[in-house]
Amino acid sequence: MISVTDVRKAFGDTQALDGVSMEVEAGTVFGLLGPNGAGKTTLVRVLATLMKPDSGHATINGVDVVAHPDKIRSIIGLAGQFAAVDPLLTGRENLEMVGRLYRLSSAESKKRADETLERLSLTDAANRLVKTYSGGMRRRLDLGASLVGRAHVMILDEPTTGLDPRTRLELWSFLEDLVRDGITVLLTTQYLEEADRLARQIMVIDHGRVIAQGTADELKNTLGGDVIDLRFVAGTNFASAIDALREVAKSKIETQPEELRASIPVETGAEDLIRTVRLLDQNGLRVDDLVLRRPTLDDVFLSLTGKATESEPAPQQAASGKRGAK
Amino acid sequence: MKSAMFFPDTVVLARRNFKRLLRTPQILAFATIQPVMFVLLFRYVFGADILFGLQRAGWKYEYADYLIPGILVQVTSFGSIAAAVGIAADMGSGIMDRFRSLPMSQAAVLTGRTVSDIARQLMTVTIILIVGTMVGFRFHNGIAGAVGAIGMALLFGFAMAWFFAWVGLRVTDAEAVQTAGFIPIFPLVFLSGAFTPITGLPPILEAFARNQPLTHVVSAIRGLAQGSDMPLTADTNHHIIMATIWCVGSIVIFGYMSIRKFTKAA
Repeated sequence: MISVTDVRKAFGDTQALDGVSMEVEAGTVFGLLGPNGAGKTTLVRVLATLMKPDSGHATINGVDVVAHPDKIRSIIGLAGQFAAVDPLLTGRENLEMVGRLYRLSSAESKKRADETLERLSLTDAANRLVKTYSGGMRRRLDLGASLVGRAHVMILDEPTTGLDPRTRLELWSFLEDLVRDGITVLLTTQYLEEADRLARQIMVIDHGRVIAQGTADELKNTLGGDVIDLRFVAGTNFASAIDALREVAKSKIETQPEELRASIPVETGAEDLIRTVRLLDQNGLRVDDLVLRRPTLDDVFLSLTGKATESEPAPQQAASGKRGAK
Repeated sequence: MKSAMFFPDTVVLARRNFKRLLRTPQILAFATIQPVMFVLLFRYVFGADILFGLQRAGWKYEYADYLIPGILVQVTSFGSIAAAVGIAADMGSGIMDRFRSLPMSQAAVLTGRTVSDIARQLMTVTIILIVGTMVGFRFHNGIAGAVGAIGMALLFGFAMAWFFAWVGLRVTDAEAVQTAGFIPIFPLVFLSGAFTPITGLPPILEAFARNQPLTHVVSAIRGLAQGSDMPLTADTNHHIIMATIWCVGSIVIFGYMSIRKFTKAA
């Protein structure tokens, strides 16, 4: 398991990690979410012994990452968004090399390389130079390289960024297999769907701080209730239309003015839908799309990090994540 | 870093670098084309004139016999820039993060590079000796002298590889390193007596040319290859000692500074 206590790291004036704490249960996937520059990669680099924190503690399976980097390195596997494999070696040579560097014997390295290639369905391409691989194959090989040493803990920094949807699905099911084998996975991602599907626990960070933590369902419940998505007909005065609906919203309304779309967080789905319809009618507003749905992690993310555009100032601090006093 | 991992990891990484080299023969080709052109240019365009001067100074053999030891230094100097380029390229790709996150000797990342460089230098030296033989070069100081000359060229190549490893760690931009590397090497090679004896230079330049490390290396290799029984090679022993001090000193200093910089960087 991974335990992080009040870790801080600054680069010049930028506080990349500003007191992050977290606990990752053994044998689970932990999703680390956050916008670009939130501090995800810095945290990954600290845990992977690539960077020392300015203060705070981090342990993996009880071993301190700063005090015993060598012990940590033999129990972790790191794979990142830039496939760290050698394009001028074959797939098998890459895995055998990493196996040797994980302190496996030559025979053991060969055996593990074969097993890993088999598991990643790369056996057919094993003897081809990696430069001839597709992006998805390279990423799989990169994941495989972090597995040859029988790592207990996988640290994956945006492993599916830039992959096509089919390859992403393949990687997801591969990660699920890993967890079934008892491996602990720390995963950073910008894809909320990915965290929703894979991660038991999710932590959202922004500006180096933890702004929310919990299961996907818990996070969705912090937003509470449901969401009404609607699109006004062309020619609608968007700002005044949003004003008219503000009273049904229980927190900030997410808007896309160019498309005349809005997502309204509401308390109780059915009743608020009726109120919305009534308000639309009273104000002479017409919509060509109106749906009631459960919130997604995207809604949580947007409301927590405040990265969405707004037509008007929010009635409350975007990052507080608390309910609006409407 | 545990020292027990240092040698096996160096071997693993040297093999990796060497495989990469064999799979990019164009790099080796480009690294030798220029020196081969210098061999042909100096041998056939300036050769007769230079030989005239050499014979007046007591040189007993052909111009190629004088030139090739200098070309060996030129080819190993330019070739060693590859260490900087390779390290800078690795630093710029994800693979360095992989190495750093593995339970391996971190110093082996650098020694794996410089050791594979010796193998590469041996290949370029062989190419130059083959081309040299075709244009009239011969070893005139026996097998021991020939082995000593090649050994000195490789020792020099290893020293240069460590210097450029250190440069590569500081510049970390593969293309910038490629260009920047030529800037110090070019004048040093030309002011080393590699192609013609050092004479007729302005006094300050001549003093520099006579005492800079590449001059010692060129003269040591030439003396080892052709014997020290000519006025131009009379100081061979002095040059061998100075060249060895420079090379071993560079290996120790730049090796230490590179490994320290690399293992500390975080």
